Amino acid sequence: MRYSGFKVFLEGLTGNRGWKPAWRDPEPKSDYDVIIIGGGGHGLSTAYYLSKVYGVRNVAVLEKGWLGSGNIGRNTTIIRSNYMLPGNEPFYEFSLKLWEGLEQDFNYNAMISQRSILNLFHSDPQRDAFVRRANAMMLAGADAELADEAQLRRELPFLDFDNARFPIKGGLFQRRGGTVRHDAVAWGYARGADAEGVDIIQNCEVTGFQIENGICKGVQTTKGAINAKKIAVCVAGSSGRVMAMAGMRLPIESHVLQAFVSEGLKPVLPGVITFGAGHFYVSQSDKGGLVFGGDIDAYNSYAQRGNLPVVEDVAEGGMAIMPMIGRARLLRSWGGIMDMSMDGSPFIDKTHIGGLYFNGGWCYGGFKATPASGYCYAHLLAKDEPHPVATEMRLDRFKRGHLIDEKGQGNQPNLH
Amino acid sequence: MIINHPLLGPRDAAEFVYLGDESLIERPDPNAPDAADRFYEYGYLRDNPAGEHKELWYHEQGDRSWLVVTRNTITHQITHVELARDVARAKGRDR
Repeated sequence: MRYSGFKVFLEGLTGNRGWKPAWRDPEPKSDYDVIIIGGGGHGLSTAYYLSKVYGVRNVAVLEKGWLGSGNIGRNTTIIRSNYMLPGNEPFYEFSLKLWEGLEQDFNYNAMISQRSILNLFHSDPQRDAFVRRANAMMLAGADAELADEAQLRRELPFLDFDNARFPIKGGLFQRRGGTVRHDAVAWGYARGADAEGVDIIQNCEVTGFQIENGICKGVQTTKGAINAKKIAVCVAGSSGRVMAMAGMRLPIESHVLQAFVSEGLKPVLPGVITFGAGHFYVSQSDKGGLVFGGDIDAYNSYAQRGNLPVVEDVAEGGMAIMPMIGRARLLRSWGGIMDMSMDGSPFIDKTHIGGLYFNGGWCYGGFKATPASGYCYAHLLAKDEPHPVATEMRLDRFKRGHLIDEKGQGNQPNLH
Repeated sequence: MIINHPLLGPRDAAEFVYLGDESLIERPDPNAPDAADRFYEYGYLRDNPAGEHKELWYHEQGDRSWLVVTRNTITHQITHVELARDVARAKGRDR
């Protein structure tokens, strides 16, 4: 069924009796060409592009809970492509271009809103670094716009420009950045993949891999054994747990990242604002709540909740840059588990085990990557070679010394 | 989280800086024939368990001692705290 304004109108006249479930609820078959483990944003987008673009039809997505129960529904919904390094920026720009055509492509309203993203700077050296990043972005085909203090005072008069510690001297805009209704991304991809014949199997936890002579031939699940030619792991947040079942240690630590939303307010924020120096970033949802976050809690965790010191740190960061939020009440806070990799960049790669593929290590930046991650993973699964924009996202890059370290922090995952 | 410091008693975890897995105490021998592989594993690969985890915390805003904290990564419950010095000596290191 195609969704359209006309369809909404027609159903409204006929008592909304014609709507059907957006995807089937099938039992698993015994054999598939490709099994994707993980029914989050990346797993579902992989299934969607694998079937729709690469023509692989006999595909199953196994999800241990319900669709979109992980980080696709726990993030702060920001899309952007303001990275710098050659191994990253073309990939994220590819992702942003996919976002721009996504709703028409999968015929689902994901409320993609290119309301811009702004990174603030506070000093001349930081400005120089942002100019360099802006140039790298433009070389990869992305948009970037440097704004000085006078321009920001006109556009965002509520910021604390004369902050004693971090006076605002300007910022780097990416006008094509913005926000998306994140749950709708999971639903849209699920519906699109299902329409292409992908079996989406919920409440089906993988409990082991069937590995014979170095080749992975299937998985054991809570719904029985399932065989497949290719097994694609896509479980960022649980990568350590799942890959341990295949006997692999990863260049990843799991950390918890908290996010927050205030009570609904009248429109005050035109776009996304990030205050990197103070560990704070914020946007305003269409319902009016301020959606904001800061740093990870910085210790290994698989608990989807954090602790109070980071709540305090984020609130202080917000007050420092935007004192007007002081009277807004915090409505909710929650946590999601991040695959923090050793250089802050992700993996889309084969493993040393035949037929077993790995996608993970997205740190706190997986949401914006959802379309390109799925597209590039599907490319790898279909053709057994990396997509041209994802050639650097290899598992062995640390051994080769080819790190993609945007922040230059080295192998300290909680600092990326 | 409260970390029960062996010398100072219960302290707020916010006073500490987190480094990572306790295995970072066991730095490989740089003269071993397979030193490159072992340093790769030491520097970049982690067990990253869901459950009990032994990890290094540094009491930066306190007495600047390194601690080995045994903590559950699913519940955040801390069950055991030792001085990293004692752990290293028990492994045969001189300090």
